[in-house]
Amino acid sequence: MSATHNASGTTADDATRLAFYQLDEHDHPEGGSTMLGFWIYLMSDCLIFACLFAIYGVLGANYAGGPAPKDLFELPLVAINTSMLLLSSITYGFAMLAMERQQVRATQLWLAVTGLFGATFIGIELYEFATLIHEGATPQRSAFLSAFFTLVGTHGLHVTFGLIWLVTLMVQVGKHGLIQANKRRLLCLSMFWHFLDVIWIGVFTFVYLLGMLR
Amino acid sequence: MTDTSSHTHAHADAHGKGAADGHAHGDSASHGSFRGYMTGFVLAVVLTAIPFWLVMAGPLAPQTTALLVMGFAVAQIVVHMIYFLHMDTKSEGGWTMMALIFTILLVIIAISGSLWVMYHLNTNMMPMNPAMMESM
Repeated sequence: MSATHNASGTTADDATRLAFYQLDEHDHPEGGSTMLGFWIYLMSDCLIFACLFAIYGVLGANYAGGPAPKDLFELPLVAINTSMLLLSSITYGFAMLAMERQQVRATQLWLAVTGLFGATFIGIELYEFATLIHEGATPQRSAFLSAFFTLVGTHGLHVTFGLIWLVTLMVQVGKHGLIQANKRRLLCLSMFWHFLDVIWIGVFTFVYLLGMLR
Repeated sequence: MTDTSSHTHAHADAHGKGAADGHAHGDSASHGSFRGYMTGFVLAVVLTAIPFWLVMAGPLAPQTTALLVMGFAVAQIVVHMIYFLHMDTKSEGGWTMMALIFTILLVIIAISGSLWVMYHLNTNMMPMNPAMMESM
C-alpha cells in the first residue's frame, strides 16, 4: 500500500508514516454498496423463481384427469396483463427520469401511474384466479394446477409487495423530498420492478404461450 | 502498478467529493435516458406482440412456434436487462455482471437438471395399473 501511495505522489507526510496496511479507514458513504447488495438479493430471488419454474416444468403436464392449459387459459386476458406490466415498467422509467431532474411532483405522478398499472395487473390476475377456482381448477385439483398457482401466485405476491413499497416511497418522497436516501430507495425499487417484469416474460412464455401449444 | 496507483487516486478523488452526491464508489450505473427507455419499450412491445400473435393465430407448426416463442422470450429478457435494468459490464466494478452470469448458470442447472432427471425418472418407472395405485 505504501508503494501505491508513493506512486500516486501523495504528500511527504504520508511517506514518513510508512504503513503496510491502510491506517486511515477511508469514509464509505452511506448506501455506497446498497445497489450491489440489492442486485445480489434480486439474483437470489431469481433462484427462487428458477426452482418454481423447474417445478412447473416437471409437473406441468400432470393433469390428473383434470383441465389442461388449453381448457383454462385465456390468452387475450394474459396479453392485457402483460401490457399492463410493460406499461408500468416504462412509467417507472419516466419516474426515474423525473427523479434525476429533481422534480418531486412529476416523480410522484409517474409513481402513481406505475402503481395504477401494477394494481390493474394484480386485479386482472386475481380475476383470473377467481375464475379458475370457480371452474373447479383449484390448486388442489392437479399437480399442474398446484405448480401453476405457486409460480404465478409468487410472482403476483412480489408485485403486491412492490406496490406497498411504491406507495411507501411516494409518501417518503412527499415528506422528505428527493433526498439521497430516497433516490437510493427509488433506484432499488426500480430494479425490483423491472426484475419482476423480466420474470413475467418467463411466466407468459413458458406457462401461458407454451401451455396453449401443448 | 501505474494502473493501481491511478485507481487509488481516482478512488480518493471520488471520496473527496464526500457524501454530497453519494456516488463516491465509482457508481457509474447509468439511470437511463428518455431515448433509452423508449427504445427498450418499443422493442419489448414488438417482442411480446409477435409471440402472442404466433400462438393465437397459429400460422406455423406447434414445434416451430414453441422454438420461436422461446427465442423471442430470451431476446426480450436481454432487451429488459439492457434498457430497463441498465446492465453493463462496468457498473459496480463488473460485479453485477459477475453475479448475473453466476445466477444464469445456476438457473440453467436447476431447470434443465430438474427436467432431465425427472423425465428419465418418469420414463424408467415401472408402469402402474390402477389396482397397484390402490394398494400403495
